[in-house]
Amino acid sequence: MEAATKLALQPKKSAGSDKIMETLLYIWAVIVLIIVLYPLYFIIIASFSDPSAVGSGQVWVFPKGFTLDGYKELLNHSNIWVGYRNTIVYTVVGTLIGLVVNVSAGYALSRKDLVGRKFLSLFFIFTMFFNGGLVPTFLTIRDFHLYDTFLVMVLPFSVAVFDIIVARTFFRTGIPTELWEAAQIDGCGNLRFYAQMVLPLSKPIIAVLALWFAVGQWNSYFNALIYLQNENLYPLQLILRDILVTNQMQTALGTGEAAQIALRLANLLRYSVIIVATVPIMCIYPFVQKHFNKGVMIGAVKE
Amino acid sequence: MINSSSSGNMQRQLQRIGRNWGLYLLLLPAVVLLLCFTYKPMYGVIIAFKDFKPALGIMDSPWVGFKYFEKFFNSYQFSVTIKNTVFISLYSFVTFPLPIVFAILVNQLRANRFKRVFQTVTYMPHFISTIVIVGLMMILLSPGNGLIGSIYRLFGAEAPNLMGSASMFSSLYVWSDVWQHTGWDSIIYLAALSSVSPSLYEAATVDGASRWQKIRYIDIPMLIPTAVTLLILRIGGLLGVGFEKAYLLQNNLNISGSEVISTYVYKIGLLSSQYSFSAAINLFNTVINFTLLILVNYISKKYSENSLW
Repeated sequence: MEAATKLALQPKKSAGSDKIMETLLYIWAVIVLIIVLYPLYFIIIASFSDPSAVGSGQVWVFPKGFTLDGYKELLNHSNIWVGYRNTIVYTVVGTLIGLVVNVSAGYALSRKDLVGRKFLSLFFIFTMFFNGGLVPTFLTIRDFHLYDTFLVMVLPFSVAVFDIIVARTFFRTGIPTELWEAAQIDGCGNLRFYAQMVLPLSKPIIAVLALWFAVGQWNSYFNALIYLQNENLYPLQLILRDILVTNQMQTALGTGEAAQIALRLANLLRYSVIIVATVPIMCIYPFVQKHFNKGVMIGAVKE
Repeated sequence: MINSSSSGNMQRQLQRIGRNWGLYLLLLPAVVLLLCFTYKPMYGVIIAFKDFKPALGIMDSPWVGFKYFEKFFNSYQFSVTIKNTVFISLYSFVTFPLPIVFAILVNQLRANRFKRVFQTVTYMPHFISTIVIVGLMMILLSPGNGLIGSIYRLFGAEAPNLMGSASMFSSLYVWSDVWQHTGWDSIIYLAALSSVSPSLYEAATVDGASRWQKIRYIDIPMLIPTAVTLLILRIGGLLGVGFEKAYLLQNNLNISGSEVISTYVYKIGLLSSQYSFSAAINLFNTVINFTLLILVNYISKKYSENSLW
């Protein structure tokens, strides 16, 4: 009897505390959303606002003194557009090279009948934890005459061992051994099997690796900083560095009324350039999102 | 007898290699690139023990032994860069559990539509470049006309210059990382959670387990292998405060709190062309990280089943 009432009461009690937990959970989620979104939202409204209103703290929720001057000012800076073009080229070419290099290597390493698999895996993995460092790498790039060239941005550092491991794990679980055995009986060679069977079955992993590469290429500035000198080769990020971080626009201005106007534009430009540089790469994610299922991600760290 | 069987073995191996030549062709680009641009510089590391003169080349430059290591250990910068690097690493190490907590909480969100929006939004900052993040921080944290200046003025106070403060540098560095990457880093843990069989939760519910008990006894144990692997990797990078953000956040005002090994290596090596000195500092850093990684992996292997290799 007593036990029965206990049983009857229990769900009710836990439902009550569940409700509190549920509420707290959603309060937490909303706070997180605000913390993540507000800085981004602020940049958007600031890019459409009068910079003096932004500076004096009048812009909180809506733009104030609506203006498109920041975006018009973008057109006056040809180096931004040169950088934009370069970044698009580096991203497309770099991603293609990265995919060819790493997906192929990942597939070959996934095959159990590859002689020397252990040694080859070690050859790759060792580079994740040990490297020559900045100066020896710099000297090597110079020895290969790659310093200040287009190629240095897309070729020498395109091997991503982590991506190879992720791909290898995907192929191990996603491509059944029987498939290769059957193809072999039909007289199909490794390369044809790879091109006609493996790749079409591997769209999810290709999509995910392409996203990683594209985002990395779009956002990186380190290689450009170290290995490029010619401004016509600069990617967008290095141009952004001048505008956003080292403030080269503002220090070159001087004083006077003309300088005031220029300062106003320089301030606006900082907001608009952030928007223009960030929105395209963010737009890629939704297209790849559906591939971020457990199948791809789960093997990433294990093995 | 033994001989003939091993040579037969060898022959079979060679046959297998020959049959699979296509696979080696697939590996070729990655292997060549690594040999040229990763392994060749490893050989170049010997300039750390030489007085490297570009005109003489690596081979012909004179040996100097540990001269440049001693120079680093005896320099004023040694204690500063090591202290900053270790401190910032440990600081960001403390935030390691945040993506785990984040994943557990997201996993508790029941409303599917809201959950999806929440995830997409919290992943977004990951796609912002380091340069834009630092630019954002400069705009928002400017005491004069930034957001923080406006907030302080609402309360009639003067905003501190966070970007120019040596003691605030580590906090800015770590918490901006948390803001940017916690959502994204939780993906891997969410993937692990999504592989928990629903019947496990159902069985727990039948047994009268509360929500908290399900987290404690199902979710957390599920996440431990992933967490340990990532933890080992993280410790291997203990002396590896990334160059990209530290360098951008640096200025003359905060330099005593913001000079880390990677930025120092860059300045010595490429800005003032002291190649051997820079290579020595870099090598010191790499060796410590590598040793830590091996050590931690060994410990982890010994006391749990988790290991990197």
